[in-house]
Amino acid sequence: MSLDHARPRRRLRDHSFGLARKLMRVNWLFVACVCALAGVGYAALYSAAGGSPEPYAEGQIIRFVAMLAVALGIAMVDIRTIAKASWPAYAVGVLLLLVVMKFGHTGLGAKRWITVGGMEIQPSELMKLFLAMGLAAYFKRATPEQTGNLVFVLPALAAILVPVALILKEPNLGTAVITGAIGATVLLGAGVRWWWFALVVAVIALSAPILYHHLHDYQKARIITFLNPGSDPLGAGYNIIQSQIALGSGGLTGQGYLHGTQNQLNFLPEKQTDFVFTIIAEEFGYFGSLGVLGLLFAIIGLALYTAVSCTHVYGRLVALGISTNFFLYCFVNLSMVMGLIPVGGVPIPLISYGGSALTAVMLGFGVLMSIHVHRYVEFAGPDEA
Amino acid sequence: MRKIARERSAFTRRALLIGGGQAAVFGGIAARLYNLQITQHSKYALLAEQNSISERLVAPERGLITDRFGTIVAGNQQHWRALFMQAMAPEPQMVLENFFKLVSVPPEEQARIAQDVQNRPRYIPVLLKDYLDWPDMAAIEINTPNLPGVLVEVGASRVYPLGPGLAHAVGYVARPSQREAKDDTVLALPGMRVGRTGVEAYQDESLRGVPGFVQTETNVHGEVVREVAHDAGTPGQTVTLAIDAGLQQLAVQGLGNEAGAVVMLDATTGEVLAMASSPSFDPSLFDKGVPADVWNGWINDPKHPLQNKATSGLFAPGSTFKPTVALAAMKAGVLDETTILTCPGFFKLGDHVFWCDNHTAHGSITVTTALQVSCDVFFYQVALRVGIDNIAGMATTMGLGVDLQADMPNVATGLVPTLDWAAAHGIHWVEGSTVVQGIGQGYTQLTPLALATMIARLATGRAVGPHIARRVGGVLQDGSSPDDWPDLGVDDRHLAIVRQGLFEVVNTPNGTGYGARLTLPNVQMAGKTGTAQTHDNTAAEKQQGFNDMTMVWEQRPNALFVAYAPFDNPRYAVAVVVEHGNYGAQTAAPIAHDMMTYALVNDPAGRDAPLAGPAQSGAQALPPSSSL
Repeated sequence: MSLDHARPRRRLRDHSFGLARKLMRVNWLFVACVCALAGVGYAALYSAAGGSPEPYAEGQIIRFVAMLAVALGIAMVDIRTIAKASWPAYAVGVLLLLVVMKFGHTGLGAKRWITVGGMEIQPSELMKLFLAMGLAAYFKRATPEQTGNLVFVLPALAAILVPVALILKEPNLGTAVITGAIGATVLLGAGVRWWWFALVVAVIALSAPILYHHLHDYQKARIITFLNPGSDPLGAGYNIIQSQIALGSGGLTGQGYLHGTQNQLNFLPEKQTDFVFTIIAEEFGYFGSLGVLGLLFAIIGLALYTAVSCTHVYGRLVALGISTNFFLYCFVNLSMVMGLIPVGGVPIPLISYGGSALTAVMLGFGVLMSIHVHRYVEFAGPDEA
Repeated sequence: MRKIARERSAFTRRALLIGGGQAAVFGGIAARLYNLQITQHSKYALLAEQNSISERLVAPERGLITDRFGTIVAGNQQHWRALFMQAMAPEPQMVLENFFKLVSVPPEEQARIAQDVQNRPRYIPVLLKDYLDWPDMAAIEINTPNLPGVLVEVGASRVYPLGPGLAHAVGYVARPSQREAKDDTVLALPGMRVGRTGVEAYQDESLRGVPGFVQTETNVHGEVVREVAHDAGTPGQTVTLAIDAGLQQLAVQGLGNEAGAVVMLDATTGEVLAMASSPSFDPSLFDKGVPADVWNGWINDPKHPLQNKATSGLFAPGSTFKPTVALAAMKAGVLDETTILTCPGFFKLGDHVFWCDNHTAHGSITVTTALQVSCDVFFYQVALRVGIDNIAGMATTMGLGVDLQADMPNVATGLVPTLDWAAAHGIHWVEGSTVVQGIGQGYTQLTPLALATMIARLATGRAVGPHIARRVGGVLQDGSSPDDWPDLGVDDRHLAIVRQGLFEVVNTPNGTGYGARLTLPNVQMAGKTGTAQTHDNTAAEKQQGFNDMTMVWEQRPNALFVAYAPFDNPRYAVAVVVEHGNYGAQTAAPIAHDMMTYALVNDPAGRDAPLAGPAQSGAQALPPSSSL
């Protein structure tokens, strides 16, 4: 970071520049990592279908390529233009959550989906990106005095709690918690005081029993079977047991591609979505798992690098939010697969089969790449306006 | 500027802290994975080995078909078959290769199996081979380790104890086609059969049943460790036919090697007591697949063994149509019991001469005598008087040329022409066409089932319709009671006149059916013979003085006989058609005589089997026939 300070001011501040230069500025290492992860996803889905591109792998890779093109397109858009759209995007996100509450179709007992032009979207996925953008826009010119002032921070808290409450109502506990965590991380990045977070965490911990009381039955069932998976080996605990067997039987080098017995014998229901990691772990062993973990963390690290190297507050905060979102996807999914936290229907990004999460993640990556490309641009400050 | 820099370094510090925390979490995940995949590997590898529960659907037992006294006419016999559960096989292709090396499977079957393995849901087992013999079984058992996913289990095949004796009425089953199996997954189950003809086809849904399932615990090699749960499903319902196997056997014997059909009805209810079509075929062959040479033999046989002539064979009714013409004429008011018409042995209409049978001159006679001696000239004149549409109207009332709503597939409607029909088909209707209509020739085409219905309606004055299923799942079907059928709406006096004529046919020495009179005490049969030309004799043949007996078989007239008994309290109605059998009295009437005698002595109508008994327990072996 001291290197950044040493750079001449001329190079720190870009006003505008052409497409060719923008393309050179794209973090191609990041793009390569994302593509590699999508490749892993293709291999896993190919195996999940018993060694066939149908019905999962082919459709998924086509969607990925399309979304990659969209993301690169977004990367070419000036981040200041995107910043101007932050609050409208946030408003649209909240509106979509309201729409899904009223008209959405029910999947697995929860109203999460709406169909727009034949494409199923899950507004809560988009909301996570829009929340980060909205908060970043709010804090982009905040002084340390302001971020230390509770009255200034309160509207931001409200902006977090509204979508979190709506997502809780769907009900989708996992995504609600993730959304709240993203909001908290952005606040943290904006400079809000440490001990306020400690206080909030303490309050949540104390109120956990009350919250549990208000959970839906299926959510309680998840927690109970998580605590004791053997209690119902063919029911709710089945997934946890089967996925642990899949992971454990992989060993150091795995059972070989397309030869994982748990996968190929269909002991895992819906293995192509939430439990897709078990296919990799079973067929490629610990080496394969570590490889995927490394790839995931490389993407998180490169996103954090974008945040740290960005010269404007807006870009830093949005990049932090996007990297946090990606991290939380990975954390929740992997913990769930390994039986560390209750099963929560959170996919592993770019590997799991399904369009909604992929769309949301790639849109976020588009914004992230735009931040990287435009990390030296100057936002018009209040004094210059 | 400095403030901004300070602020930025504060952000960087926090971002790195967050990144560090995330790295720690990833480290924790990696550690947990190490614990699962390396430290506890042997434990989980063992668990994977023992896995797990798999479920598959099993075909239900097909419902039985019995005669009215419980004699099984379509049952199930157990045999061994090999199935393949691909969900249990890590490498299906290899398993199939191994299997084909051990057990001989024809190439087209191998192709079918490969297709099924590819296309069907994994919980539906694929049939590898039916009817395993002991060498096959032994080969599979010994090589079980090389055949993960291959199961040997008991399957049921369809057997027909009466064989060709009731083949047409009961029909047969066959494996569902690929398309049917695709539309209905249940049909994809090995052992499922679909009725193709007869009662098997018409009652297919009742006979099919509901599939069950088997849950088995298997290890990773696909070997079944134990059965966890078993649900046999619901067997198909038993269909009890109105058929009396004894009467049926008599009908088949009566037809012998002749081609033709016999239908006997309960005249008061329309229940089909016997229905035979000759020649016949062995319906059991369809379950396993008919060998090509047998199939080609059937298809090329000029006597059409696969066709159910009783329901879909169309024949000119000949003189058996005369009672209907008489009823039409009486209804139209152009004929009564006193009307006398003269038969000089021929009838001249314009330039054309219509001959009476064998050019016999019957003299001046009434309608009863005309029926008794089967005078053609009398009915030529009656037909002209009553007109074609009136005849067709009465035919409809008698169940001729109409849809009888029978509970059987492939029942032909037949044809009784009307002027509208002729116009619609571009036929120029002339008076001569009406004349031949009077003796059941010309365009008229009827099935033996319709003729039996006609004589039953004539006998009882009720509009009975033929139906073959008496009970389905033990429940008596509509139409089994005489009260289920409405009045025919034909004047009783007219019916009485015609019945008197038919009585004289059989019971007076001049009657054409005198030879078939019953020898039982106090019981008489009434009937009508028919001899229907199938070939227009050429002028050259007429010149030579043609003789029906010396003609080639295909050109001989069809022999028909319809009858009911007892005369004073009708209960049984029968129609017999012997293809190219020459005179009805000569070949058709004796069959009716024998069946009627049997029916009157044993009186099967109105009785049936007790509902409990072998009919309900399909899994048992076939019990010996009890009703004969």
